[in-house]
Amino acid sequence: MWKYVVKRIALAIVTIFIIITITFFAMNAIPGGPFQKEKSPLPAVQAVLEERFNLDKPLIVQFGLYLRNMFRGDFGISLKTGREISAIIGESFAISAKIGAAAIITALLPGLIFGSAAALMRNKWPDRLIIFSSTVFVSVPSFVLATILLLVFSLKLGWVPVWSIKNPSYILPIVALALYPMSYITRLTKSSMLDVLNQDYIRTARSKGVAERWVIFKHALRNALLPVITYLGPMAAYILTGSLVVETVFTIGGLGTKFVSGITNRDYPMIMATTIFLAVLMVIMTLLSDLVYKLVDPKIKFE
Amino acid sequence: MESGKLPKKNLLSMQIDLSKFTPASDEDKQQVDIMRESTTFFRDGMRKLFKNPLAVASLAALLLIIIAIFVAPLVCPYGYDDMIEVNGVRDRTAKNLPPMTYSENEKAFIAEGGKVFPHFFGTDQLCRDYFIRVVYATRVSLAVGLFASIIVLIIGLTYGAISGYFGGKVDLIMMRIVDIIYSLPDMLMIILLAVVLDPILGSALSGTVLASLGTNMISIFVVFGLLYWVSEARLVRGQILSIKENDYIMAAKAMGAKSGRIIKRHVLPNCMSVIFISIALQIPAAIFTESFLSFVGLGVQAPMPSLGSLANAAREGLQSYPYKLVFPSLVICFIVLSFNLLGDGLRDAFDPKLRR
Repeated sequence: MWKYVVKRIALAIVTIFIIITITFFAMNAIPGGPFQKEKSPLPAVQAVLEERFNLDKPLIVQFGLYLRNMFRGDFGISLKTGREISAIIGESFAISAKIGAAAIITALLPGLIFGSAAALMRNKWPDRLIIFSSTVFVSVPSFVLATILLLVFSLKLGWVPVWSIKNPSYILPIVALALYPMSYITRLTKSSMLDVLNQDYIRTARSKGVAERWVIFKHALRNALLPVITYLGPMAAYILTGSLVVETVFTIGGLGTKFVSGITNRDYPMIMATTIFLAVLMVIMTLLSDLVYKLVDPKIKFE
Repeated sequence: MESGKLPKKNLLSMQIDLSKFTPASDEDKQQVDIMRESTTFFRDGMRKLFKNPLAVASLAALLLIIIAIFVAPLVCPYGYDDMIEVNGVRDRTAKNLPPMTYSENEKAFIAEGGKVFPHFFGTDQLCRDYFIRVVYATRVSLAVGLFASIIVLIIGLTYGAISGYFGGKVDLIMMRIVDIIYSLPDMLMIILLAVVLDPILGSALSGTVLASLGTNMISIFVVFGLLYWVSEARLVRGQILSIKENDYIMAAKAMGAKSGRIIKRHVLPNCMSVIFISIALQIPAAIFTESFLSFVGLGVQAPMPSLGSLANAAREGLQSYPYKLVFPSLVICFIVLSFNLLGDGLRDAFDPKLRR
């Protein structure tokens, strides 16, 4: 068990290091620096600027400095706004994290309930309805869903106000983010529940007279949850990347919007910092879901 | 017991009592006939697939879309990047027309007895026919999905085949590399590479044939080639590990066949069906990714439309012209849904674990 944990954490650290390396060197491969020679007034000013931002040093030294500053929480400044990137990430991620966490819960609970319901009522109409709608929702890209929700509920019907800082309404972005993972979890839960219900221990439990609801909650659902746990990592990744478009559509000032506007403005330090931040977050989420899976899976406990 | 009393029989002689035999009746003959041709795994799966109405319907829908995107530009007189012309004159009144309506100039032209091809989906803000733009966008999106999947297939197949066939240390090292690439967050890396490759490729490609494709399109392919092949490689490797234990591989080895020949002739043809299914599932993923990138502004370049970039452009004036969002969105959902249903059908038909 511990060997696995150490190995897994080591892989995560290697991955994070590789991500930072790729991001740094890829960004530096783009021709042209932030202080272009044609635009700079004097060679002396250019030299001072380059020294100030360590651009005169070899690339590998710059990389070392970037790493060191990053561990101190300093990602440099945004080329567009001139503000500290760490401050921008800090305030915008607070909004994104709120939406993301709500979306995870919104995806997880209904997904589990619908999936179990579909498995227990196999081949009856609730099962067909649930599976049909989840198949349809899995095929709708998040930006399409977000734009259509905005169009119908905010602009046409006027039920939900358009998002603003003073009057934030999170319901539509949460739904837009959660619907795809919810449908996926529904399908996942159904198939794993069907798998579990055919196992011998379920028959044993039933034959010794355990009440049906205890069979389902204590024996079936607990085991059917295992594949869903492995999906938590990919789901976090989906919600984080999905937030890029969903936040842009609803014009929410979260990290996703900042990332997309960074891309549009070619604000390279901003893109670099946000990529690293989001990637590290995803790697950590995947690591956690893998570890939790190993922790709760009874089959490997005694190995 | 005296054996001498019985007539001596020659064990090898044909002492058959013909009266005990009768000619076979037609009914008897029928029983010996081959009732069903021997079937392969692939053919059996296909037979099951065609019994699944949803899978057949989605296959038909996809074929219909493919036929439509090839026939529509032949029938429809408009270009995807051309202003609508009435009687040879550019029509500036045909701006943002709702579906199935005509502009002022066109109405006048029709009143004079001229014929105008209808704008099924209306027009956009640059007076371009929206239907033909959606058709071209569908072409682009499908082409990106298909080519990206082929790139993934070639790289994943080669890598997985080498790794799985040679095994041992080669396999160990190759699979560690796959593990690391697999753990990278793919969407973020795609965005990063698309941002970086755009200026780098832009200068390198200018003047070549590839430049007309647009750097973003090329970077999408590069990104797929660099990152998305890993799951395909894992799949192929797993298949090959199980196939290479078969006796016919040993026989081929005993006859002195070289590794390359064994992989090509014996191993790969046997894991083709599994690979086909994974391709069917890869295409919608690629379409999803492309539309996502186009939506963020990193996809195909204007004036070439893609379904994602059309949906993105429709966000401006969403309230006034919602149809501009609805049409490309519907097409994306329809294509992805069809591929997903087809993929589900293929999995049900080919996955031996689900067979009952």
